[in-house]
Order: sequence, then structure tokens, then C-alpha cells
Amino acid sequence: MEFDFADEQPKLLMLMYGLIAFVVVVGGLLLLLDVVPAWFARRREAQLVAASASGAPLPRRSKPREGIFAIFFLLPTLLLLTIGLVVPAIRTLLLSLMNGSSTDWVGLRNYGWMFSDDSMLRVLINTLVWVVLVPVVATAFGLIYAVLVDKARFEAVAKSLIFLPMAISFVGASIIWKFVYAYRGEGDQIGLLNQIVVSLGGEPKQWLLESPLNTLLLVVIMVWIQAGFAMVVLSAAIKAIPGDIVEAARLDGVSPWQMFWQITMPSIRPALIVVAVTLTIATLKVFDIVRTATNGNYDTSVIASEMYNQAFRYGQNGQGSALAVFLFILVIPVVIYQIRNLRQQREG
Amino acid sequence: MTTATPTVAAGAQKVDGTTSTTAGRVRRRLNSRTATLVSIVIAVVWTIPTFGLLISSLRPEDEIKTTGWWTAFTNPQFTLENYQQVLFGRSSSSGQLASYFINSLAITIPSVLFPLAFAALAAYALAWIKFRGRDWLYIAIFALQIVPLQMALVPLLRFFSTGVTLGGVTLMPAWDLVDEQKFAQVWFAHTCFALPFAVFLLHNFISQLPGDLMEAARVDGATHPKIFRTIVLPLITPALAAFGIFQFLWVWNDLLVALIFAGGGNETAPLTVRLAEMAGTRGSEWQRLTAGAFVSIVVPLVVFLSLQRFFVRGLLAGSVKG
Amino acid sequence: MAVFTRPRQAFVIAGVLGLALSATACGTGDDKKSDKAGSAECAPYEKYQGNDGKKVSIYASIRDAEADLLERSWSQFTECTGIEIAYEGSGEFEAQLPVRVDGGNAPDIAFVPQPGLVKRFADAGKLKQLGADTKALAEQNMPADWLKYGTVNGTLYGVPLGANVKSFVWYSPKTFKEKGWEVPTTWEQLIALSDKIAASGMKPWCAGVESGDATGWPATDWIEDVLLRTAGAEVYDQWTTHAIPFNDPRVVDAVDRAGTILKNDKYMNGGFGGVKSITTTAFQEAGLPVTTGKCAMHRQASFYANQFPEGTKVAADGDAFAFYFPAIDAAKGKPVLGAGEFVVAYADRPEVQAVQTYLASAEYVNSRAKLGNWVTANNKLDIANVASPIDKLSVQILQDKTGVFRFDGSDLMPAAVGAGTFWKGMVEWLNGKATAPVLQGIESSWPK
Repeated sequence: MEFDFADEQPKLLMLMYGLIAFVVVVGGLLLLLDVVPAWFARRREAQLVAASASGAPLPRRSKPREGIFAIFFLLPTLLLLTIGLVVPAIRTLLLSLMNGSSTDWVGLRNYGWMFSDDSMLRVLINTLVWVVLVPVVATAFGLIYAVLVDKARFEAVAKSLIFLPMAISFVGASIIWKFVYAYRGEGDQIGLLNQIVVSLGGEPKQWLLESPLNTLLLVVIMVWIQAGFAMVVLSAAIKAIPGDIVEAARLDGVSPWQMFWQITMPSIRPALIVVAVTLTIATLKVFDIVRTATNGNYDTSVIASEMYNQAFRYGQNGQGSALAVFLFILVIPVVIYQIRNLRQQREG
Repeated sequence: MTTATPTVAAGAQKVDGTTSTTAGRVRRRLNSRTATLVSIVIAVVWTIPTFGLLISSLRPEDEIKTTGWWTAFTNPQFTLENYQQVLFGRSSSSGQLASYFINSLAITIPSVLFPLAFAALAAYALAWIKFRGRDWLYIAIFALQIVPLQMALVPLLRFFSTGVTLGGVTLMPAWDLVDEQKFAQVWFAHTCFALPFAVFLLHNFISQLPGDLMEAARVDGATHPKIFRTIVLPLITPALAAFGIFQFLWVWNDLLVALIFAGGGNETAPLTVRLAEMAGTRGSEWQRLTAGAFVSIVVPLVVFLSLQRFFVRGLLAGSVKG
Repeated sequence: MAVFTRPRQAFVIAGVLGLALSATACGTGDDKKSDKAGSAECAPYEKYQGNDGKKVSIYASIRDAEADLLERSWSQFTECTGIEIAYEGSGEFEAQLPVRVDGGNAPDIAFVPQPGLVKRFADAGKLKQLGADTKALAEQNMPADWLKYGTVNGTLYGVPLGANVKSFVWYSPKTFKEKGWEVPTTWEQLIALSDKIAASGMKPWCAGVESGDATGWPATDWIEDVLLRTAGAEVYDQWTTHAIPFNDPRVVDAVDRAGTILKNDKYMNGGFGGVKSITTTAFQEAGLPVTTGKCAMHRQASFYANQFPEGTKVAADGDAFAFYFPAIDAAKGKPVLGAGEFVVAYADRPEVQAVQTYLASAEYVNSRAKLGNWVTANNKLDIANVASPIDKLSVQILQDKTGVFRFDGSDLMPAAVGAGTFWKGMVEWLNGKATAPVLQGIESSWPK
């Protein structure tokens, strides 16, 4: 096998440019942040000197200084977010008020379509099922597993096994599970699930056709992927529980069960919230699984997959955008919850 | 029944009575047994689908399509043909897999580093610098997570291809990149899309660092940049590693962003594009897909395994313990 | 600088990269272009000269092995004219092309398989009109039926390239000979044969419509083929342009007639189970039982020839071959249902027009056909250059001057129907939903 390194050279060069750019941008930013405060310090000193000379009260200035720092810290993020997400979000909002080819304003017609379409109710219910089940079940499995393998002998290996699905793309994972659910009307079953059913004496089924069971089977795929995420974050949180607290509880003769509810759970609450919130949002946005496994047929469609179809396959930008806006509305409860959390945190 | 065995004596030697009785120990032993059992069951259930894929990838095409992979144990027929096809099967239009591997690396590394650095800076500012409206800013960034990136593709692509003009003034010219230069667009796009989640995750960890640590530093006259560099950065290394892994996996497995911003040619397309293409125009070639899936899993897995010590040590270890 | 908490790592990374770069510098290959522009074999490319060193990008849905054939087919053109063609194929073509075009990043040329999509781009003013040479050549080489589908509001934008014939029923000549079955030439014979086979204990038909996110399309072909034969080409045209409702009684009839085969548990689904297995059987696998004797007939396009395993003899006396889907009403005849790609341009630079003209020329179609596995409606194609029997049969049908050709209806309709509710509706229909509500649902989804 001949491999032409010459072809690859420009790519590696480009990668190096990228890394250099990274060093320059981030390093430059930090350097700037070092220089600016020094300059301010000098100015403040001068002002102090001037103030003490004139006998005026000392100028208050901690606030504006803080603000200036914040701008530098936040600048790259805000710039990129504006270009990459804020502008597109506004555009999506505008498109949702226009027709399919984005040439005329149609008011709220696309939203009307959303709620008058018969199949849409099914889609909403499915989305609800997803968004309730995935975060709860995936977090539960992740937590149980993290607790169980904590400090076990083969912890690293055991964790890697659960994390493995995270390394597979959504599409890849869906293909794997489609294989598990596969059905053969004649001859040997090639799908594991049907093989198990058959060997238990049952009739093989076309799992992905059985509504509403099929939605649950698709949820299984998402849980399978995301439990690894939950497990990793929660396990890290469990390990961060200070050893003396655990030791003290043990000396008090607390049972493992009490230990879990009274020590572990309260300590990892922030991590639990991170996991649940992240999974909720990821679930709302998921469309590859549905698209790959059933393409939304057999009553399995969710909002995100409908959105993709409308905007990208059917050329109905208006309706697709309206669905995207609706997704945003659905996430508002989570946002409110986050605001409450933040308030508590600031007070606490 | 077993209460009369010598273990009673052994148990009695322990300092305090209640939990160290034999019954207590047996119960705990039992607990750990069930724990082990349950964890093994979960691990097996989680691994079986992937394991089935692995076995399938080693079986001949006909076998894959007609019998279940578990029959391979009673009727072993294995071949490396599928991997042969995936790794060295060269169609002239697509070039060699190794070339796509390099593309994937060139796309992924900067796409992980940039959001990591920017988000860490932003998260620190949102958590520890007091300025007006910071909570609302944080909530706004958090809420941006829900913007489906599909909706951002066209405006962002237009940003690259036509630049920005405001009232006839060109603020930024078109990028006009060719071939491997298009990597820069992919980095840019991935960085944009990753930031909300990155800020959210890192803010959660940074904001939980003990406040007295910061106070002490401020009293010593340390400025924010200094605190960020010398105190925060070392403490959040595990969290950075955690986000780094997630971002790496996301970018490595991404197909859509790369296809749009880099194109599907072998100068720029990542591994995922090549693997998707392997399914052929009209056929779902299972045998090649299975082997291809494994080839693409290898790198993320190595990254995870090599960075997992950060997880094991605990994301917040060190700071809280002190 | 304190950017890296561990500066050593930064050096290591930079060092490794540097090393890799210096290693690559030694391997620079030499791909010098042979300048053959004046030689005899380049004579046919005379009229495309003058664009040496220019680059034209082409984007299409054709991938992998077939993309290789595509690139080989224009290699001589590239060598002689010096126009470099950067080809890119993607399985996400239909979704990606609009994004790229809207994002201002359109390819120079795209091969679009849906006339509906051509219309969408033309209406949005994204497409360039054909150059005079291309237009003249296309009108000279292409049948009028085909040109119609590349025309939007009286302007020709898309020049037909490849084609396939969909009105085929795959069968095994070997099995038919063994059992003494005759290839049916009328609908009555087809049903009689089906009953005979079913009585013998074998399922006469097999079908599968699973195709990832395009699941359902093979069933739409079934409906279209039947409708063309029961209602005729004019009604078909009215139906695809929505001049008559989607659930016109004649369409309901056609769907029900297709249902007498597709939704008949006595006939379906050889090798896979019952009717319900149709929607979950991959279309790629659906016809394979024809060669294993588990199913007798499978209605699918000419390109299905590629799906048979290696060693299968696809010929009139082989393991698998196809017969022309018979007429139902003698008065309506048997119009041929087919599909293909249209070459459209988003740029009008001279080199782009040169490539476009070349793709419509006799040189190109014969060069591509010689590589095998390809059919076109271009009448400059010399049938002697077509090797496989099924492709030969397809070309004969396409070049038949008396024949009526109609394009795959789901590709003509707006994508929301043709690639959306029609496909999904067929899946529901096959899973037991009645004809009327399914067609009513599709009708109401037609974009206003």
C-alpha cells in the first residue's frame, strides 16, 4: 500500500496553523489581561495620590474595573455565539413567519399548521415520552452503576464498558440496535431480541412496527448511549465527596442505604442537575436516532426529526423553523429551573 | 447457623459491636455480592450490542445476512475480509482511509481546544467576576444550547462565503478558502456550536470552587487573570478533560458540520464521511459498515481510556478535600 | 507565557508536528500532466479547448464504486482539455445541496435526480441557463419527453444524464423454465401466473420498501406504474402536477389494484414472511429470494441488477432477469416509468459550460457506457457499447421512438409530498391502513 505523504503535508501544516492560532489568540488574551490591570493599577495609584493630595474622598472604582475584566474574558465567546447561534436563532424566528421558500410573510400560519396537523399530536406525545424517560432512566442507570462500581477492583474496565456507546455516533448506535431488533419472517432470526423471544417459546415480532412500544425501543437506544455520560459525571462527583464525611458516617454506623440517601445524594446534587439538564436538552434535539431507525414511520416521529424533514428534505423552511422555535419554547421550563438554581446558589 | 463459627471471635475483636457482628458482615458481603452481580448484569447488557457488532464484523457477508451473530460460537467462521475492504479497499475516487484519518485529526484537535479555552474564560467571568447582568448573560448562553445546529448551517455558511457587510461597509470579506484551508471553517463552526454546553458545564464546576480560596487570593492582591491562571485552571483540569472528551467524541463522530463546511472530497472530509460513503450508492453493505464502525471507534476509545484517570480522580478532587 | 500549565507538552506537540512535516516534505510525488492536447485521440475534444488549468466542481449523489466509474468516464476529457473536474458524491445530497446553495457555496454543476428540485432552484433564480452549445446538443440528442422534465417555465435548465427503467419485474428465467411458467404479457396473465404459483405453495411475489430515510419509495413506483397503465399518461401528468387531486378516483383505483398484489397475503412476501414484512425489508435484499426459489417475481428498476450476489448470471437465460411490466388496459398501452439525473449549473464560466456540453455529447455517453452499469436516454448512445443484457434491454426501451416515457412521479411532486407524505403514506398503507384515508392524508399535505 503506497501512501502519499505529500498529499497530507498541507493538512498537517493547516493543523499547525490552527494550533499556532490557538496559542496566539488564547495566549494573547491572557497576556492582554495581565497588561491591562497593571496599567489600571498605575492609574489608580496616581488617582489615589491625587485624591489624597486634594483631600477628596477615595474614588470607588472596583465595579467598572471588574466589568472591564469580564469583557475580555467573555469577548471571544460572545462574538462566536453571536455569529454562530444568535443570528441564526433570530433568522429562524423570522423564517418561521414566512412561507416554505422564504419569499413571503405568512404571519402565524406555520404555527397554525403545526397544531392542526393530525400526526402532530402523536409527535408531541412522543417528544414528551422521550424527554421524560431519557433523562430519568439514563441518569438512574448511570448513578446506580457509578455507585456500584465505585472503588471496585475493575472499576476502570467496568466504566469503560458503559462509556463505550458514547464513542459511537448516534447513527452508528441506531444501526447497531436496528440489528438487535431485526426481524426475519422466515428462517433463522438474526436479531438478538427476537432470538431471545423465540428461544423462550414466543413468536418473533416486528418490534419497530409495534406502536407505542417502538418509541420505547428507540428511547432505549438513547439511554444506552447517554448512560455513559451520566455515569462518568456522577462517578466523578461521588469521588469528590470528602473522605472524612464518609468516614464519620461510617463510624456512626450508618447503613449503606442510609449512606446513599443521606450522604451521597445531597453531595452530588449539583452534578445530578447538570446531567439531567444536559440530557433533557440533548433529547429534545435528537433526531438521528429516529431518522435512522424508523425515519419517523410507525408513529415514532419526534419534533426534531420533523423539523429536519421539513426544513431539509421537503424544502419547507417556514414549517421547519416553526418547529425549531417550538423546541425553544419547550426548553423554557428548564431555563426557569436554571434561573432558580442560580439564585439559590448565589444566596447560599 | 453460622453464628457459632470462629468468625464471631474475629468480629468481636473489632472495636465497636453493632455493624461488625457476623450478621452485619454477612449482610454487607451479601450487599456487595448483589452489587457486583447487578453491576455485571448492567455491564453485560450494555456491552452485548457492541459485542454483537464486533463478532459480525469478523464474519463473512453471507453469514451476517442469514444467521445471527451468536451462531458464530457453534459454527465459527471468521474472516478479516471486511477489515481488509475497509482499511485498504481503495476506490480511486475516495483515496485511502489513512488520509481521512488525518483529516479527522486535523478537524478535531483545534475544534476541541478552542471552545475549551474560550468557555473556561467565559465560565470564570460568569462565576467569579461581579458585573451587572451576568446571571442573565449566563442564562442566555445556557438557553442557546437548544438552537438546533441545523438551523445555523445556512447563515454560518453565508457568513463564510459572502462575508459581513453593514450598510455598504464591508466589515469582513468573504473567506474564500480552498481545500485544506476549509478546516478553519469547520473549527469555527464546531467552536460556535460547542460553546453553550461548554460554558454551562464549566460554569457549574468553576462556580463550586470554594469562595474563600478566591477571597484569600484577592486579599493577597491577585487580579482576576492571575486567579484564573494560578488557582482556577489547575483545579478545573479534570473538568476540562471531561468536556474535552465529550467534545472530542462529538466532533469525531460528526458528519453534518464537516460535510457542509469542509465538503466531502478526500482533501478535507473526515473519517465519518468515508464510512458513510462505504454503504455505497444503492446498497447497505452490512459487512463493511460493521468493520468500519469499529475502525472509527478505536480513536475515541483510546482518548477516553487515556484521559479517564481524570474522571477516576474526581472532577473536584483536591479543591473540596482541602 | 503561562498559557500552557505544562509548557513542555506544547513543545512536544509542536515537535511531533514539525517532525511529521519534515518527513512529508521528502515524499513529494511528481504527477506531471502529459500534454496530449494535439494528439489524435484528443480530436473529439477540440471544441472544448482553451480552458487549460481551470477547475470545475461537480456535486452528486453517486458514490463509491459508481463514482469511480464516473471519474474514469471523463478522464480522457480532463487529459485533453486540461479542465480539472473535482467530483464529490454524498449520500446526503438532497438535503445538503439546498444548504450549500442557500449558503452561497454552490457547486459549479450538480446532478439532480429530482425534476422537482430542479424547479425549486430555478424558481429561486439560483440556476444558470444553458450555454447555446449545450442547449443545441441537448435538443439534438435527447428525447422530447426527457427534455420536458429539465425545463422550468419554458427554459431548459437540466440536461438529462443517466437513466434507469423502473417498469421491470425481476424473475428467474431458470426457475421459470424448470417449472414451465411463461413470462406474462398482460395483467390477466400476470395474476393467473401469480395464482398458479401461490397454489404450488410458493409465494409468487416479494417486495421490500425499507430504505433508511427514503423508506417507502419502492411502493410509490408500484403505484405509478399501475396508474400509467390503468389511467394513461395524460392523467398521470395531471396527477403529478396536482391538476387533479392526489386522491382522484382513478388514483384510488390504481392503488387498490396494486394492493391486490402488494397487500395480498397469498402472494406476499416470498422469503420474508407476510405483507407486514414489506415495510421492514430492505429494498436491496427484497428481490434476492428470486434467485433462491423462495419468490417468483419482484418489481424493481433496472439498477437492481447490481444487488444480486457475485456469480449470479443476469441474462435472459440466466439466474435472474427482468420482464417488462405488462399492460393492463390495451388502449392505454404500457408507458415506461423511469428516472435519471439532470445536469444543472450554478455557474456559467466557459469551462463549466464546456463540461456541461461534454456531458451531453456522444463522446461522453459512449465513454461512460463502455465502463458498464450505465444507461441513458441520449440517442447518441451506441447500443454496441452496452455490455450487460439488462442494460441493453433498458436502452432499447428508452430509445424506442414509439414508446411513451414518464418520469418517476414522486420525483416530480414537491418534496414535501414526493419525498415525504407519499413515502410515509405508502408505509402506512402497506401496514394495513385503508386506501382512502391514506390518499386523503397525502392530498391534504400538498403544499399550498
